Amino acid sequence: MKPVLEIANLRVGFSDGTAAVRGISLNVLPGETHCLVGESGCGKSVTALSVMSLLGRGAKRSAEVMRFHDRDLTRMSDREMARLRGDKMAMIFQEPMTSLNPAYTVGSQMAEVLERHRHVSRAQGLDRAAALLGHVGITAPGMRLSQYPHQLSGGLRQRVMIAMALMCEPELLIADEPTTALDVTVQAQILRLLQGLQRQLGLALLLITHDLGIVARMAQRVSVMYAGQIVESATAEALFAAPAHPYTQGLLNCVPIPGKTPRDQPLGSIPGVVPRIGAGFIGCAFRDRCTHATTACSGDIPRRSVAQHHETLCTMAPS
Amino acid sequence: MTARSISTGLGLFIVGAIVLIALGAGLLAPHDPFTQDLMYRMVPPRWMDGGTSLHLLGTDQLGRDYLSRLIYGARISLLIGSLTVVTSGLIGTTLGITGGYFGGRIDDAVMFAITCRLAIPLILVALTVVALVGSSLTVVVLTLGLLLWERFAVVARTTTMQVRNLDYIAAARAAGASTAHILIKEILPNILTHLIVVATLEMALAILLEAALSFLGLGVPPPLPSWGLMIAEGKDYMFFSPWVIMVPGIALFVLVFGINLLGDGLRDLLGVSQRR
Repeated sequence: MKPVLEIANLRVGFSDGTAAVRGISLNVLPGETHCLVGESGCGKSVTALSVMSLLGRGAKRSAEVMRFHDRDLTRMSDREMARLRGDKMAMIFQEPMTSLNPAYTVGSQMAEVLERHRHVSRAQGLDRAAALLGHVGITAPGMRLSQYPHQLSGGLRQRVMIAMALMCEPELLIADEPTTALDVTVQAQILRLLQGLQRQLGLALLLITHDLGIVARMAQRVSVMYAGQIVESATAEALFAAPAHPYTQGLLNCVPIPGKTPRDQPLGSIPGVVPRIGAGFIGCAFRDRCTHATTACSGDIPRRSVAQHHETLCTMAPS
Repeated sequence: MTARSISTGLGLFIVGAIVLIALGAGLLAPHDPFTQDLMYRMVPPRWMDGGTSLHLLGTDQLGRDYLSRLIYGARISLLIGSLTVVTSGLIGTTLGITGGYFGGRIDDAVMFAITCRLAIPLILVALTVVALVGSSLTVVVLTLGLLLWERFAVVARTTTMQVRNLDYIAAARAAGASTAHILIKEILPNILTHLIVVATLEMALAILLEAALSFLGLGVPPPLPSWGLMIAEGKDYMFFSPWVIMVPGIALFVLVFGINLLGDGLRDLLGVSQRR
């Protein structure tokens, strides 16, 4: 199957010298949920923003390949990119409380997207908005259309954001920690909704999260990111069954798994924080926090295949 | 009722009343403001010795009815005030939003323009321009409009900087909005409340400046009944009949006072100070 989104060797650097993303490659297949996992500051969001060409000034992006279907995202003009955003490629942000413009009603913001990309009338836009609000499980969509964002709860707003992202039937949906700001109960609803929508519409979903619980229930493929690199990528099953990279193992030790985690034993933790990485950094970025680190870790680290579709970036991995 | 809401109500009442008077000047004014009657010069107001019910606020040195001139003068003041605010608001807001949104070199240029503008002595430049070009309503409006934009620019710039990095701007971009769309339809409505407050304060300032220019003989040309011009024309007589400058002076005070009360009230009402 041809991937919807294909990225090879994407690099993003900032003007202050930090290398936020250091050569990552990933593919998102149609109808697949690809999870990008990692702790804060590892470059997940920057990756998402660079796919959408939404990086601010002072950020430099380069990539060997960055394709959406057959369209080369690296060569697109700002205007072409704007036409693609919100149309075939949509994004949901982390903070539903601030992601809607307080000056407009829900309906007008949603209809706007369709008007912009499909040149339809306001009435048609509102019709579609109402239909989609119903689709994402909002009761009385007609009433919600004329409400302002401050009248809605966080969960409702995130549903609105999702509905808004679906206005133009996108093929790729990038969700940047869509449930982090929500209550646990609402989180579950939103995830179930995303899952349902994805199955129905055959969406390719790039889900960015730091929550392994979400990965376990949503992902088909997982890429674990650390300090701007993908340190391990595998199918969700393979990753949870046999994590190859010490960082992934560490992450999995931090969360209890029913039936697997022994009682009376403290959960693991990974000491330290993600280091800030400059442009000329060589070696494994995790070596300072890794219990298995050897001298080989400060040299070049080869990317090795542990099994079919299971790669890792570690000196320990069997080649 | 708090003291705040009383003062806002008072401001609204004053401004509303003066706007209504200005609009209905043709119906309300007892006389034509331009008709001279040399038999009735310097008639004092009704309540003073020698006053007559024919001229409630008396007449000026040319025998024109003072009340009628005051009523028509409200038109001039409000017209100049609002047109100036529209002109300066457009200039200042455009500069401020552009500088605040794009930042960098563009923002430097905007800041430089604001600094330059602040270094210009208002009255002096207005006087020079009007003296060179000649005085007319249009010249006064344009001069003041081109000079009074800096507060709009400062406020628009800082508020845009606050709004620029909010998530809904990023969300709008992610939904394919163009830069023009973001500036006009996403940012502008969210900083509008701040700009409205600036507009009321600038309007008061513009009205006072027009009065000052007219007083110096370089505002609206006679015989238009501007309040500042009325004070200027009355100043030769003020030792013998002080009411000729008191009447338009008080009118000016009340209008500017009312606009300022309204502006303060709006600022609280729109939650401008507490919002961020």
